[in-house]
Amino acid sequence: MKYRSVFDIIGPIMIGPSSSHTAGAARIGRTARALFGREPKEVVITFYGSFAQTYRGHGTDVAIVGGILDFDTFDPRIPRALEIAAERGIRVVFRLSDEEAPHPNTARVHLRDGRGSLELVGISIGGGKIEIVELNGFALKLSGNHPALLVLHEDRYGMIAAVSNVLAKHAINIGHMEVSRRERGREALMVIETDQGIPGDAIQEIAAIPHVLAANYVQPV
Amino acid sequence: MVHFRSIKELVERCEREQKPISEAMIEAEMAVSGRSREAIWNQMAQNLEVMEQAVKRGITEDIRSRSGLSGGAAKKVQEYLARGMFLSGHTVLDAVSKAMAVNEVNAAMGTIVATPTAGAAGVVPGTLFALSEKLEATREQQIRFLFTAGAIGYIIANNAFIAGATGGCQAEVGSATAMAAAAIVEMAGGTPRQSGEAVAIALKNLLGLVCDPVAGLVEAPCVKRNAMGAAVALVAADLALAGVTSVIPPDEVIEAMYRIGASMPRALKETALGGLAATPTGRALAAKIFGRPPAIEPQQTGD
Ligand code: SF4
Repeated sequence: MKYRSVFDIIGPIMIGPSSSHTAGAARIGRTARALFGREPKEVVITFYGSFAQTYRGHGTDVAIVGGILDFDTFDPRIPRALEIAAERGIRVVFRLSDEEAPHPNTARVHLRDGRGSLELVGISIGGGKIEIVELNGFALKLSGNHPALLVLHEDRYGMIAAVSNVLAKHAINIGHMEVSRRERGREALMVIETDQGIPGDAIQEIAAIPHVLAANYVQPV
Repeated sequence: MVHFRSIKELVERCEREQKPISEAMIEAEMAVSGRSREAIWNQMAQNLEVMEQAVKRGITEDIRSRSGLSGGAAKKVQEYLARGMFLSGHTVLDAVSKAMAVNEVNAAMGTIVATPTAGAAGVVPGTLFALSEKLEATREQQIRFLFTAGAIGYIIANNAFIAGATGGCQAEVGSATAMAAAAIVEMAGGTPRQSGEAVAIALKNLLGLVCDPVAGLVEAPCVKRNAMGAAVALVAADLALAGVTSVIPPDEVIEAMYRIGASMPRALKETALGGLAATPTGRALAAKIFGRPPAIEPQQTGD
């Protein structure tokens, strides 16, 4: 059964016009924002494929910036997102690329401020559903359907066990888990999708594990 | 087993347990999600609220989409209705207008509920609110309308498809029309079996409909396809309520829709490479909107 809920059919509530080009784009932007953890000062967005060709007609540009401003798919401020970003002093640049992309509806989002930066690649796979396929150079697969914990750590033994121990202690079940690294023995990124939400103290505990560099939590967007 | 896999299974369960389709859907949702009846009911009530706002905006405000391809049709039909001289029927045209209202709001980046997708979001609310006026429906009946529509969409989605990119417009507006037809029957006091017949009659008449949006945008022909979907849904429901039955049972019509969609050429599945999108006017509009000739890549996604 592909569809399990009546609300997959009657729903979601969203700003038009397209579930893949508008709602999906907003979710990619919002996931980037959640991972960045704060409002950025500078935003560079690159559209590929169908996103690059039809973004103006579908409002993909305002939707993705709306997401970066932490607006939900149904937030009526989405059509004005570019103006709102300007009012808040956020510099937004769009680039169009005709490079090969993993999917026709692909966007690369680069967020920056004085304290740091984040770069991710998201794809919109239909009906408003998305996947994050790259984060800061790490290949990964994050659906945004479940709460997810992203743990950046040194690439060494025992890290997975240490993190999953903390989750077990808090009675949190792991639905999907993946570790990726750019280079052996350097940094690695653990992506853990869970069935339940993860409480703040569990996240702090994980962040405090030796050799863990950062722990980020994202809720479904 | 809480899931229903086919219209036949759904109708038989409703007959055996003496309940409307909406009730079977609510029970299945409770069992699958583990949520309370109240939580599910309230979420649907919220969807209804958003649909009502969208209809209201579309028939009263001057809506224009970013591309300029759509806007204003819903309001025009309301004004036409108000002049009192029209050919089909008041409820039909009111439903047509309200369906277009939702799609025009969608195209103008307003708030809507995907039913089952954003492109086909007009048919269900359009018929719902037009019929509510005629039947003086209660809020409860309106919410049940959405559960019944959802039940049909759920079966179609799991046995075929509901997105133009995968099955053509028959999968999108066709599904929405079948969903609405079944829900209209229930709201009007018909039986679950008659709802099933309405599904078959409605969907049969949209079989083969291709997805060919001009410039790849969810506007032309989408707005008017939703208009006609609303009209077809009402007439199909009337036929079923009159006791007319479909020679081909609803589940087989859904299966036929699936087979037709699977064999439909890619150019006619939301790629904007064929059909109306590929007409001289369609191409010229695309060039105007995007400032260059449309080299539109296939979109592999829902609406
Ligand atoms: S033509 Fe295509 S995009 Fe338009 S409503 Fe039909 S399926 Fe949706």
